Amino acid sequence: MKNFKLVSAFSLWAVSASCAFATTVGFSQVGSESGWRTSFSEAVKAEAKQRGIDLKFADAQQKQENQIKAVRSFIAQGVDAIIIAPVVETGWKPVLKEAKRARIPVVIVDRNINVDDDSLYLTRIATDFTEEGRKIGEWLMDKTQGNCDIAELQGTVGATAAIDRATGFNAVIANYPNAKIVRSQTGEFTRAKGKEVMEGFLKAQNGQALCAVWAHNDEMALGAVQAIKEAGLKPGKDILIVSVDGVPDYFKAMADGDANATVEYSPHMGGPAFDAIDAFIKGNKEQSKWVSTTGEVFTQETAAAEYEKRRLR
Amino acid sequence: MSLILELNNISKHYPGVKALEEVSLRLCSGEVHALLGENGAGKSTLVKVMTGAQSKDSGDIVFLGEKQHFCTPIEAQKVGISTVYQEVNLLPNLSVAQNLFLGHEPKRFGLIHFNKMYTDARSVLTQFKLDIDVTAPLSQYSIAVQQLIAIARGVAMSAKVLVLDEPTASLDADEVQVLFGILNQLKQKGVAIVFITHFLDQVYQISDRITVLRNGRFIGEYLTSELPQTQLIEAMLGRSLQAQLVDKKSDDNAVKATTAVLLSLESVSVKGSIQAMTLTVPKGQAVGLAGLLGSGRSEVCNAVFGLDLLESGSIHLAGKKLHLSQPVDAIHAGIALCPEDRKVDGIIGPLSIRENIILALQASVGWWRCLSKARQEEIAQFFIDKLQIATPDADKPIEQLSGGNQQKVILARWLAIEPILLVLDEPTRGIDIGAHAEIIKLIRSLCDDGMSLLVASSELDELVAFSNKVVVMRDRYAVRELTGLELTSQHVMQAIAEG
Amino acid sequence: MKSSAEMISPEALPMAQSSQQAMNKEKTDRYQAGKSASFGRYLWPLLALTLLLLVNLFIDSSFFHLTYQDDRLYGSLIDILNRSAPVALLAIGMSLVIATGGIDLSVGAVMAIVGAVCANLLLIPDISLVTVILAGLIVGLAAGSINGALVSFLGIQPIVATLLLMVAGRGVAQLINQGQIITFQHEGFAAIGVGQFLGLPMPIWIVVGMLLLSQLLLRKTALGLFIEAVGCNAKASRYLGINDKSIKIFAYAIAGLCAALAGMISTADIQGSDANNIGLWLELDAILAVVIGGAALTGGRFSLVLSIIGALIIQTLATTIIVSGLPAKFNLLIKAIVILSVLLLQSEKFRRQLSGLFKLGIFNNAKAGDKK
Repeated sequence: MKNFKLVSAFSLWAVSASCAFATTVGFSQVGSESGWRTSFSEAVKAEAKQRGIDLKFADAQQKQENQIKAVRSFIAQGVDAIIIAPVVETGWKPVLKEAKRARIPVVIVDRNINVDDDSLYLTRIATDFTEEGRKIGEWLMDKTQGNCDIAELQGTVGATAAIDRATGFNAVIANYPNAKIVRSQTGEFTRAKGKEVMEGFLKAQNGQALCAVWAHNDEMALGAVQAIKEAGLKPGKDILIVSVDGVPDYFKAMADGDANATVEYSPHMGGPAFDAIDAFIKGNKEQSKWVSTTGEVFTQETAAAEYEKRRLR
Repeated sequence: MSLILELNNISKHYPGVKALEEVSLRLCSGEVHALLGENGAGKSTLVKVMTGAQSKDSGDIVFLGEKQHFCTPIEAQKVGISTVYQEVNLLPNLSVAQNLFLGHEPKRFGLIHFNKMYTDARSVLTQFKLDIDVTAPLSQYSIAVQQLIAIARGVAMSAKVLVLDEPTASLDADEVQVLFGILNQLKQKGVAIVFITHFLDQVYQISDRITVLRNGRFIGEYLTSELPQTQLIEAMLGRSLQAQLVDKKSDDNAVKATTAVLLSLESVSVKGSIQAMTLTVPKGQAVGLAGLLGSGRSEVCNAVFGLDLLESGSIHLAGKKLHLSQPVDAIHAGIALCPEDRKVDGIIGPLSIRENIILALQASVGWWRCLSKARQEEIAQFFIDKLQIATPDADKPIEQLSGGNQQKVILARWLAIEPILLVLDEPTRGIDIGAHAEIIKLIRSLCDDGMSLLVASSELDELVAFSNKVVVMRDRYAVRELTGLELTSQHVMQAIAEG
Repeated sequence: MKSSAEMISPEALPMAQSSQQAMNKEKTDRYQAGKSASFGRYLWPLLALTLLLLVNLFIDSSFFHLTYQDDRLYGSLIDILNRSAPVALLAIGMSLVIATGGIDLSVGAVMAIVGAVCANLLLIPDISLVTVILAGLIVGLAAGSINGALVSFLGIQPIVATLLLMVAGRGVAQLINQGQIITFQHEGFAAIGVGQFLGLPMPIWIVVGMLLLSQLLLRKTALGLFIEAVGCNAKASRYLGINDKSIKIFAYAIAGLCAALAGMISTADIQGSDANNIGLWLELDAILAVVIGGAALTGGRFSLVLSIIGALIIQTLATTIIVSGLPAKFNLLIKAIVILSVLLLQSEKFRRQLSGLFKLGIFNNAKAGDKK
């Protein structure tokens, strides 16, 4: 088996000089439930292609049992490494043990998993949601000198992204006595709900000015932008708009002056994941358990250019 | 014989209707007590009060010397009053055995002991001479069998008082005799039986005493042996029946000579129900279909109404061949059917009497030409008056009417579209003696107006009374046609028996 | 076929005259009886709605405040009407389907398909608005008709038949959108969601139009009665000459059409087709609206107006939660408690027991009002 693999590796030597031998990696993806998820899958595929990695892609259609099945089949196929974008945090221990027994390294990307023994996986490549909240909070406090009545559009109740982004943001504004969240409600991460909730906020404010809208993702922020426009106000000027994600539509809104800032939630987690796998193959068995891929704050200044870049993708 | 159950001065009002007014009933152990009266006399209501299905407004229930107040049927069942209602109240998707023992299944280790339940069920049903698969769902069996099972359920609960509301309505003669055998056994064991029926001959055969109700009032309590049938009928109707049953035989032949054939079936076969059936219905006449259950009489009605597809043969109406694939085709041709199972196929329960009456007419004029409210009310009121439907108003849901009045509404529904052929399947099932006479009169008057009728019925006296011709069926095909002087219930009975 | 008038008039007239006075009296009695019964049906849902609105008044004193700016009325009440439009439309269709004894779980997914179809068509340069709207309506009608055909011709249980499209429909929409949120810039189409006419948002007019059209179609013809008859007893309806299969297909087709309108409103509202989230779980809200309106899930009587009141109650509740300032994690609990209260309020048995227990003045007053 191992011999055969070596032979095939040598035969590929001539074709692909850039890597030592053709690595086979299994990738179990959650599904394609959102635009961000799709671009995440595409980014990983593109990265693998560029590096000459043979990527086996499995779409789990939002079901953990499908993911476990996929991981087992990767183990049976004898892949060199496995990447899992977990759909839920719990229930991974048995299948990770099977992978460990087969000496296949597992890289967790995006969402976290909950196992007591962290030797079960090589590393975790993920954005630090708390850091995202902190970054955008700091940007807003800089912009307003700490004087701001904020309306918060939360993500889906109980979602890790919503809880952690709020924690990071709240930690920052706690330092500014004149900054406070005056309205808060869930917009369920969707544009439609974000718009509806913002409409309600504007009515409930009853003329009292809001300084900023802080949305846990861009979709809700875009909904809020529409609601503010329809109320006869100017989003981005009368009310500042900040959020997290960096979807192309939001860059366009920033370029048009309707929104102010966002932290990119990068779909490019493939690169660091493959780096970790390469390092493992080269002999680095013990790696740090978390590689953060938290993105940068983007503002109106660079928005037009960034939009062009992202639109081309 | 000792007094076991006493109902004293029971009253019950429904909105707009006095269902019971000061009604009393005394029941002794070891007797069959017939409870008689016309439709709407209050028999069913009295039974419901007696068994806790409905609350009474005033009056006392004394059971074994103690005053009782039943709030639910279960309470009445616990002390030993068990009821078999007029409409089969079982669960069609459960097995026969489960239906028999529902609520008191034999248990082992806290779980249902299925094998014991099946054996017990078989032994109970053997008493009724029913040899059927007790593990099969109830819905597989005919209404008659279901009715027997419902009665068997009442018997199996080893009650002190057994109430049977119209138990024989869907049974044939043999099955009735089996039932009576069992009732006699129960009588010997000291069970008191309340027997509600419209069959007066059965009353005289089985009952010991009779209580008569009329319009929610107590009329009298009689010893069966001391009350001649004519007096009984007079007590029930409050008038003499003689005038209603006109002798029609004399003018029959005159009519027959001039009439042409309206409906003709030529060697019609339907898979699994009728074989090579040939039948003619002349214009303006009533033709009766007689035969035992399963002889094919209902199936002929269904075939004529397009409910069952023909395997071979043809049906002609007024000289034109009919191609019937669904009821709408038959209705367009001018055929109407009052179905056998009124509750399931006939009434649209929650809708009002008015809507039930006009629906067929509305369906035939099409959905886009809605009858105005005023027109609907006019039509409904006309038929309520004409057929003497007992109701405070036309907007009452039809499900709140008594069986006989429901049947009248369904008749009204079809009369409103003036069919040329009216098919009636068991038109008088569950209908009292007064309504019998009314329906006979109605059938005659419809014939005089030029309408033709095809009537399937198990009640021979009635069939003979209004039919110009009776076709006797046996084993899925016609065996005899009886007309004129031959047309007596004795002859019909003979034909059923001998072919 | 002869009209039955010929049959009725000769006998009926003298009879009617002889007892005309009695009948007149009886008729007025009956009219009033019918009136109070239907008044009772409206009383409890309306009372629930009023109570909810009053709660809002306590939270925010300016809740009923309406202003006129940018040629339109502006205020929380308008928002409630506007936001309830999709559920109200779905509830109209759902009322008919439930009246036939069925249920349609696919309406949310149909919204997604219609939204995806319209958004992608709008990307074609110079496409006419009429074409896009017609295409959306046709897709909705077709989806509804497929549901209806599965139920009536193949005899599949409604909950299963429509579950197929509920699951598959969202997949189809995602396929059309290729997994992306498709946004568009088209003022004409956007007007369906955010435009206004005579000072009111367009979605309100669409609901009013659809309600009037349906009422006209159902109550000025016999269709409404036929739907109720089929829902009460399909077999007996077939026996008396109603084509129950066509009636059922009609009901599901109208539900599909209503879903198409709701889908277009939601898509136009955010000027984008979000196949994952548009109309998500709205089928359940629509069913709830019909139930709050007092209809039985087993079929039979229906009232479109009551179903729309049901939709308004649901939306008022949602708006109340937004303005109340309560933490978002209580949303679902509050919704469940309020809906339960509304349903209990409607239950005559519960009311009787409650008034028996507490002899609350409010209930006795309401009953006295009912009798009047």
